[in-house]
Amino acid sequence: MMSLDLVFDYIVSPPFFHGAVLTLLITVTSLFFGVLAGLVIALMQETRSRPLQLFTLIYIWLFRGTPVLFQIIFIYNVLPSYGIRLSAFLSAVIALALNEGAYMAEILRSGLNAVKKGQRTAGLALGLTTSQVMRFIVLPQAARIVLPPMGNQMIGMLKTSALVSVIAVEELLLVANQTASASFRYLEALTAAGVYYLVLTTIFMALQAMLERSLDPKKRRRREKRPLLDRLLLATESADVR
Amino acid sequence: MNDTTRADPPTRRPATRADAPLLEIVGIDKSFGQSRILKGCSLDVRRGETVVLIGPSGSGKSTLLRCVNLLEPADGGDIFFEGANITGDFANAARIRREIGMVFQNFELFQHLSAAQNIMLAPMKVLGLSRADAHDVALDLLRKVRISDKADAFPDELSGGQQQRVAIARALAMKPKLMLYDEPTSALDPEMIREVLDVMADLSAEGMTSLVVTHEMGFARRAADKIVFMEDGRIVETASSEAFFGGSVNERAQRFLDQILH
Repeated sequence: MMSLDLVFDYIVSPPFFHGAVLTLLITVTSLFFGVLAGLVIALMQETRSRPLQLFTLIYIWLFRGTPVLFQIIFIYNVLPSYGIRLSAFLSAVIALALNEGAYMAEILRSGLNAVKKGQRTAGLALGLTTSQVMRFIVLPQAARIVLPPMGNQMIGMLKTSALVSVIAVEELLLVANQTASASFRYLEALTAAGVYYLVLTTIFMALQAMLERSLDPKKRRRREKRPLLDRLLLATESADVR
Repeated sequence: MNDTTRADPPTRRPATRADAPLLEIVGIDKSFGQSRILKGCSLDVRRGETVVLIGPSGSGKSTLLRCVNLLEPADGGDIFFEGANITGDFANAARIRREIGMVFQNFELFQHLSAAQNIMLAPMKVLGLSRADAHDVALDLLRKVRISDKADAFPDELSGGQQQRVAIARALAMKPKLMLYDEPTSALDPEMIREVLDVMADLSAEGMTSLVVTHEMGFARRAADKIVFMEDGRIVETASSEAFFGGSVNERAQRFLDQILH
């Protein structure tokens, strides 16, 4: 029988709480730098420069073409023999961010391409500069398009972050696994970790729903109040459609 | 609307060319890859004049229009705007385009902005108007194009005809000296063509200098001072509206006219 008391004890225990905080920290940091890397790569692809385009091609080929787990282990274990000694946390974040960048670049590029060429032409014809057209016309429209797939990536990252347990980063899954091996209470320890993961993904989903709402001018205009559950359902609906 | 009495900066219009046409296109060539789209096209548009450009599809009308406001680089020839040669002056393209409004076949309203915001964007970002002033401009222009009740509507909530009228208002908000219309009614349902043409004809009557690519011969008859017929990248006929509709046009133009009038 599962002991709910023990599950609760695990959830409120310092190791689990710290593990969850570390998971969140790794996820948020990796996402931040991953989106940044993706944006740089996507804008490089927009340029007409052959060397830059070749660079982005190789980058995406490498990081999409090998397992994340491989990239994590590679950065943690191979770089030190070349004198680059990174902490486990830093290795984890770098590997996850570089991997994320490859996928984000593709998502952002598809968003930029989805804004029709005529929209840029219309902006230019009004006397806006190329960068003003990008900032006031293309990016706001692209942002609405890329948000659902980006939400998927964000939630995916939360779960992928569990992989960094292989390089002994004390994140949530490693804590749960270690606790369980010591007490043989696998069901309770893993349930406690599962609860944390679900809480975190729920927060991410709510965040995504809020962002989508704030980027949709029509919904913002109506300022209608919707219960959280409705908004989550709406968010998954729109994610399915695209 | 178009304040033609406004003093121009002296550098833009040399005194000797004060009587020059507002827009003067001289021998423009343009190719896309192997295909020559424009073959030495020449055309004048004088201040206050409405010139209608007609011709079969693929004859180069739209390309000629896009060369005027530097959306396409011309391969040869010269374009003078207010007497200044603007050919290939891409460094000043944004400044030149401020003074030349353009209306597109597919409206191209900014999808993420309301009708009023579509009109306000360029005056705020390019001319530096305050939000309040830009809003006043937008409401005035929406009244002018007869959809003042749609200021807060988004493009996908408007009919094609309404979208095109907002697009015209958006171009007018920059107080252009010249309006370019690229088949403005071709994407519209028949019952909406009239409302757009009426707005355009009103503007022409008020003295807005316009260069219009269209197949609407009714509009040409009503609003055009001059009709230019293009075929296969060349300007085949330039005639006053009276001469054109009086039947004194060359054979090729007449044949095209018979075709589109059935």
